[in-house]
Amino acid sequence: MATRELEVQVRQRGDVSIVDLTGDVDSSAEAALQRGYDEAAASGGPVVLNFAGADYINSTGIALIVGLLAQARARDVQITACGLSDHYREIFEITRLADFMTIADNEDGAVSGAEGSNHA
Amino acid sequence: MAALTRPFRRRFLKRGRAGADAEPVGQIQAGVSRPRQTPVEIAPNDPLLAYLQAASEAVDVDALDLDSPALRELKEAGVKLAVPLVSQGELIGVLNLGARLSEQDYSSDDRKLLDNLAAQAAPALRVGQLVREQEAEAATRQRFEQELEVARLIQQNFLPKELPDLPGWQVAAYYRPAREVGGDFYDVIPLSDGRVAFVVGDVTDKGVPAALVMSATRSVLRASAQRLIEPGVVLERVNEHLCPDMPEKMFVTCLYGVLDPATGLLRFANAGHDLPYVKTADGVVELRARGMPLGLMPGMDYEEKEAVLQPGESVLLHSDGVVEAHDPNRDMFGFPRLKETVAGAPGGQELIDRVLADLDAFTGPGSEQEDDITMVTLQRTGGGATRAPSRNGRLLAHFELASRPGNEREAIARVEEAVAGLELGEARVQRLKTAVGEATMNAMEHGSQYRDDRPVAIRVLQADDSLVVEVTDRGGLAELAAPETPNLEAKLAGEQKPRGWGLFLIEKMVDEARVTGEGGQRTLQLVLRLQGGDDGDT
Repeated sequence: MATRELEVQVRQRGDVSIVDLTGDVDSSAEAALQRGYDEAAASGGPVVLNFAGADYINSTGIALIVGLLAQARARDVQITACGLSDHYREIFEITRLADFMTIADNEDGAVSGAEGSNHA
Repeated sequence: MAALTRPFRRRFLKRGRAGADAEPVGQIQAGVSRPRQTPVEIAPNDPLLAYLQAASEAVDVDALDLDSPALRELKEAGVKLAVPLVSQGELIGVLNLGARLSEQDYSSDDRKLLDNLAAQAAPALRVGQLVREQEAEAATRQRFEQELEVARLIQQNFLPKELPDLPGWQVAAYYRPAREVGGDFYDVIPLSDGRVAFVVGDVTDKGVPAALVMSATRSVLRASAQRLIEPGVVLERVNEHLCPDMPEKMFVTCLYGVLDPATGLLRFANAGHDLPYVKTADGVVELRARGMPLGLMPGMDYEEKEAVLQPGESVLLHSDGVVEAHDPNRDMFGFPRLKETVAGAPGGQELIDRVLADLDAFTGPGSEQEDDITMVTLQRTGGGATRAPSRNGRLLAHFELASRPGNEREAIARVEEAVAGLELGEARVQRLKTAVGEATMNAMEHGSQYRDDRPVAIRVLQADDSLVVEVTDRGGLAELAAPETPNLEAKLAGEQKPRGWGLFLIEKMVDEARVTGEGGQRTLQLVLRLQGGDDGDT
């Protein structure tokens, strides 16, 4: 299992900023993750973290996501996660991250959900 | 005369003027008119010797007709009468007389007088000779004994004074030098990370030279063992050190192994030494690894192998003094006999005692030990209560990883590979992978503090109803925090650090997680039940 340093791309779908995460969400991902989040949050709209390209998430990665979530809550930015495998979805539920961020089945669901709640 | 010994012959080789020589006098030349002081050499096979010994009275040299170089020389030297000095039937000297000063022939009275003189002088001369011989022998023997004593002191000084106390293991060692002290040695080196290095070696040659090479080998081994992890690399380094200064025709055979007492993993390399035996439930096996003896030539590679000692199993490291011992018929004890003894003994000190008993019975009473005998045994006595799942388990994988960030991925990949045949189901495999990754990271970071010389060992075992993954670090037993449910609210509010998920995740991912520790080691056991395991359920 080769390690793959996280690559982060941010794109917009309407008001929603989508952060595409490709690679490993572990300690090596900290800077890239923060950069992606900052760029996405700067637009002021909801943020969707797209984990479809993230094959590996470990406890340090969970801690980084908790860190992002804390920043988002402080600035009232809404975060949605999508593209999680069944296993990592389970981990998001076990760690109760799912209680503080919406877990969408896919990107479309995440975007429509985010738009909906944002306009509500 | 074929039985003539060197001391005998020497008595006829004395040089210098009669009586002026400090050594026992072999030939006394008297009355020779043209004094020629060089005594005549009589070769051991010269017929003159036999003649003189048989004659037992004064012999008229000119009247003798023998094909004897010595006789010719005697005649040339002007010797007229040769009076054999015989003691206890053995010719111990000759009294050589030249012509009488009066130029008359020797009378029968003269001869009688000389024979009487010879009869009395011979025993006295013999006593003198024996005293000199004994003094010389005693001096040689004393030098030899002193040298042996020095060799013995060097050897014994460098053997370990005590053996380490390893919980769950019985370690025993035995060393008995031959009278002529060979170059055997053994060593037990506790390493800083809780592992223990075991060495058995043999220097060619005997006595002080062997002892000196042995002490040098041991010192270099000790230094290298602390610095280097790989046994093959250790031997490689020792070989490089020894090669430049090794006396010609000397070399060192050596078995070097590193045991992780927590896991039973023994990694070893061998520089041409006798193969150790392992007694397993399935019989006795040899631990093979290729490598040339140390000190022969630089640039050698040493193959490195590993074996896992399960509870109840034991290893015997030994020197060739055991298998090369002979019985009175000159048959060798041999490897098959030793293997048989290993098979019949439980291990530890008892195995050593049995080998010695078998060896004594084989060589017979009163036989002198030919070579040094050295044995070291390691017996895994039991796993302890915490290791119960390991006892009857089938080992699916066992490996070590350097404590470097990212190496948990290697652990995950190898465990995944090891359990591939168990049909655990995708969800359970994923959970196991996460648990293994977290446990390995925890061990590398908190246990081994990401130190290169503190690798993490991982064992994957299949027991009857469960799969067990053991992750062992060498953190000197730093306490592992009890996995508490992290307070996510506090973390999100910035009141707590966002980290601290590893142990919590581990506990949620497997059916059981427990921490055990002994001897500076800490093992995290991850247990997955194999029966009733469903897929996809949280």
